[in-house]
Amino acid sequence: MTEAWAPKLASMQQAIAEHVPSGSMVVLGAQLEQMIPFAAGHEIMRQGRRDLTLVGPISDILFDQMIGAGCVSRVMAAWVGNASAGMGYCFRRAVEKRVPRAIETVDHTNLTLALALHAGAMGVPFMPTYTTLGSDLLKRNGNLREFASPVNEERLVAVRALRPDVAILNVQRADAAGNAHLWGSLGVAVDAARASRKVIVIAEEIVAPEIIASDPNRTLIPGFLVAAVVHEPGGAHPAPVQGYYGRDHAFFHDYHEQTREVEGFERWLKHWVTEVPSREFYLKRVGEARLESLRVRDHALSAPADFGF
Amino acid sequence: MVAAAAREIRDSELVFVGMRLPMIAFGVAKRTHAPHATGLFESGVIRETPAPELLYTMGDPSNLRKATYCGDMLYVMTLLQQGRVNVGFLGAAEVDRFGNLNTTWGNRNGQQIRLPGSGGACDIASLAQRTVVLLEHSRQRLVPRVGHITSPGNGTGNGWRREQGLPLRSGPSAVITTLGVLRFGDDGEAYLASVHPGVSVEEVLSNTGWTLRVAEDLATTPEPNPAELAAIREIDPQHFWTKS
Repeated sequence: MTEAWAPKLASMQQAIAEHVPSGSMVVLGAQLEQMIPFAAGHEIMRQGRRDLTLVGPISDILFDQMIGAGCVSRVMAAWVGNASAGMGYCFRRAVEKRVPRAIETVDHTNLTLALALHAGAMGVPFMPTYTTLGSDLLKRNGNLREFASPVNEERLVAVRALRPDVAILNVQRADAAGNAHLWGSLGVAVDAARASRKVIVIAEEIVAPEIIASDPNRTLIPGFLVAAVVHEPGGAHPAPVQGYYGRDHAFFHDYHEQTREVEGFERWLKHWVTEVPSREFYLKRVGEARLESLRVRDHALSAPADFGF
Repeated sequence: MVAAAAREIRDSELVFVGMRLPMIAFGVAKRTHAPHATGLFESGVIRETPAPELLYTMGDPSNLRKATYCGDMLYVMTLLQQGRVNVGFLGAAEVDRFGNLNTTWGNRNGQQIRLPGSGGACDIASLAQRTVVLLEHSRQRLVPRVGHITSPGNGTGNGWRREQGLPLRSGPSAVITTLGVLRFGDDGEAYLASVHPGVSVEEVLSNTGWTLRVAEDLATTPEPNPAELAAIREIDPQHFWTKS
């Protein structure tokens, strides 16, 4: 590949250094349990970013790790924990005991967070909804405001638009210009890309532009929205990437067991993040046998769509 | 508990499937009495066939392959807002006598504990035609008044949901616990509708944090039938989500 059409390709280190300064509002985990950008989150932790606002519906354990590492001052999420094992202990320590630091929580629901990003993506100040009426979330989240409908007699909730600084999205494949194919459950990924000022695409594979152009319906992130493209195979582990690798359930459960106390989390952080120089090193640490057990054994290719004329 | 949850799903219904036990309940219903039910998952998945293997999360690759639809969360969540979803399942740390749920702030020995939060729970409780709650039966979990309304039930009683502006056809339908099944009267308050086999009414009452009303026609929850038991074992052979 030539330099001329590869201006956005960057290493993870470069992409985070350039596009995720301290104080940023960052979308991570937009596809819920699928394709969580763990490699990007770990690089943010290694580079010692501070005062981040994390935005995501449910983050599985990535938000918990970044909170434990002291990178975060605010969380805007519907749910923070460990999807298959239970609570997130770093999140609890931060909220209950201000360890390692106090964080502000802005409690959303999945629908209100999706609507906040949708409003951002649409370029309007809010989206209306019925959800949260009567709940304490409505009372305590200043981004949710009740209002009288201008077209009928109903009362609704206005969900204030979010315009994050950067969305970090793992995808199956992209070209060097950032045009990205992603498939499977998408959560809020598409609206997150459109609402954010910048997008970092983390791709399992970098492919030729012709491959992406062969299926424009699957190009859910057009390259002009993308600031950097990082080729990082295995970048979502222990989360799954449909068609590439499965979910490492045991890793989530081990994390749960090992991070109950702050000392355990510190050991975990050192072993899996701070003393790990690269994703390649990380994957060696996960181990060949374990990665092999997560490989796709039974591929299921979709039928091609004919774009001919 | 799982079998009782599965029976809340009627055939051909649109079902919002929550995390953990509801994923098993949906699989059991599909394999037994509700083969035409459709499952909705907030990650952006719609399935008319149960996933072929045990799900640890709704984002597991086996839940996406051969799905009816994969795509945006909003596509799925707005079906709820349209009023199309017949029943949604939820877990909770606390439920109160009017079916309000708390999954944000817990209480352990007088100490406040920060819980993960709503996820899609508030959306389901606000917008699904019927909401079914699954939780362990204890005085700590079934409380007179939740400390924080994460997901609205009947608020303070009859008429409350309408006053708040919530959809007319929505609200709590059942609370399925480890001891029995609670349902809701016209006044919006919960009552004991059935006890599980081998459980006494006294046991339920002494483990409930308020004076729970008991139905005049109190029933015994039917035992899981062989087909339901077989389905539960087929879906969760290692008992990861189902304890017994």
